[in-house]
Amino acid sequence: MMSLYTRRIWLNRIGITLSMLAMSLGLIALLWILWTLFSRGFAVLSWDLFTQDTPAPSSEGGGLRNAIVGSGLILLFSMLISTPIGILAGIYLAEFGRVSKFASFTRFMTDIMLSAPSIVIGLFVYALFVTTTGGFSGWAGSLALALIAIPVVVRTTENMLKLVPTSLREAAFAVGAPRWKVSLKVTLRAVKSGVVTGVLLAMARITGETAPLLFTALNNQFFSANMAKPMANLPVVIFQFALSPYDNWVNLAWSGALLIALLVLAVNIGVRVVFRNKDKH
Amino acid sequence: MSEPSASAGIDLHARQVRRFRLQDMFFHHSTQLFAFVVLASLVGILVSLAIEAWPSLKAFGPAFLWTDVWSVPDDRFGALAAIYGTVTTSVLALLIAVPISFGIALFLTETCPVWLRRPLGTAIELLAGIPSIVYGIWGLFVFAPLFAEYIQPPLQALLGDVPVIGGWFSGPPIGVGILAASIVLALMIIPFIASVMRDVFETVPHVLKESAYGVGCTTWEVVRNIVLPFTRVGVIGGIMLGLGRALGETMAVTFVIGNANRINGSLFAPGTSIASTLANEFGEADPGLHISSLFALGLVLFVITFVVLAISRWLISRSMGSEGL
Repeated sequence: MMSLYTRRIWLNRIGITLSMLAMSLGLIALLWILWTLFSRGFAVLSWDLFTQDTPAPSSEGGGLRNAIVGSGLILLFSMLISTPIGILAGIYLAEFGRVSKFASFTRFMTDIMLSAPSIVIGLFVYALFVTTTGGFSGWAGSLALALIAIPVVVRTTENMLKLVPTSLREAAFAVGAPRWKVSLKVTLRAVKSGVVTGVLLAMARITGETAPLLFTALNNQFFSANMAKPMANLPVVIFQFALSPYDNWVNLAWSGALLIALLVLAVNIGVRVVFRNKDKH
Repeated sequence: MSEPSASAGIDLHARQVRRFRLQDMFFHHSTQLFAFVVLASLVGILVSLAIEAWPSLKAFGPAFLWTDVWSVPDDRFGALAAIYGTVTTSVLALLIAVPISFGIALFLTETCPVWLRRPLGTAIELLAGIPSIVYGIWGLFVFAPLFAEYIQPPLQALLGDVPVIGGWFSGPPIGVGILAASIVLALMIIPFIASVMRDVFETVPHVLKESAYGVGCTTWEVVRNIVLPFTRVGVIGGIMLGLGRALGETMAVTFVIGNANRINGSLFAPGTSIASTLANEFGEADPGLHISSLFALGLVLFVITFVVLAISRWLISRSMGSEGL
């Protein structure tokens, strides 16, 4: 019969070991996925990727130029839509909405929007925009992605503004500055880098979003910079090529996935490094 | 003006104040308008889905929810197979992800050396940052073949003859299917659950933990008897957040679930989920009942995730609010 003391020690050891196992499982998954991406993506990486368009079925060569440009344009416009809306809504929640019922309701709904299924947002934009404007378009894709990015920008802006000490606001009020000037030129400026981080993270979040683009931007086999027409974009090209029976297409899907993952990881790691250096000073 | 020198200054000042007040009112209301945009988009999603789904809901009635039929040629649709796939994969993913996330959160808050906390925490957050399509392509080309070769046969040999649950592991081990989708989903939601758990674990007052350690508790006992009871509400909130994520996840599931629109008792069999049905069929759907039924599926998904996420947010905010109790 084991003594109570020994049993407690063993129980503790088992618990701690299991938690370490869980942690290593998470790390292994991360490294495994990254390693696969690098080994399979780099094998087919070449300059053609950036200079040639997506190839026809069962042909050799080709690249992802149209998809890269399309993704860039769709991302650019969705960030142009979501950044001002998100920042202003965040200012409202932080500066005017500390006690109002409307603001706490909005805050709650924004949190739900943060995790809402992105495919449903695609359906919404399809019903609202694609059917009324007469077809799939790059604009519809930008709109769908903007709807996903807005909550991210709103919440980071608000959280950053809440960190600004009240004394800073009071000092500005005391010299007679109006509220809008205090918000835009004092508090927002004080947390500028935090807000930029939020915008970058929102961009990282929507870079790989595929589901909302399936029925909004659709895809385009050819190069097009016309936002009013269906537009090639990396996530949908990856989706279609990866599930195709052609080796060339599957390889291109891997290099596309590598490009997206590199961008997303670079942004995620970059903002953390920059922020940590800020903390030290 | 008769006395320009004195009152001009006051006038100017009053005008300035009036102008500022107008500007402030304008600023207040325009920022409020943008906050309203967020709210309106949520209501808009619900309303537009309901409108588009109406023809299908009228044709099939509430039986849409429990009919196991999805036939485009016959124009007959029911959501049961998709709902079954969505709920099964999400619940299985939770069963796998919750213990692992708990272990990660425990490690990060209690046993991890301080200098390692930040890099390891970042690594887990990076796992959350990887786009779901990357999980999908990895799951299909790397995980599913290994799963079919090394995990499914032993699992079948071990559990296939056990009564009741044996049927879950029957059928050919082809890799893609309900179980593979659940495992990939679990990987995707672990970082979300783990970071909520870590954050709520950190709200436990040090005094409470130190007193438990002081009377001789082991780390495991402190976590079981002090940390977990203190953060129960937040932990459940984190689990619900993971569930909400899993229910709506599209691309990773579409790649590995096998996309067969039927219910099969085996977890090895291919299935479908609401989100993957939408991703596969919406682009080429016939106008009429087919597309309307897909909108109805979207509506069902949105309502389920909305409820789950609302409960989760409510629990998490309650738990984080009790900080410094």
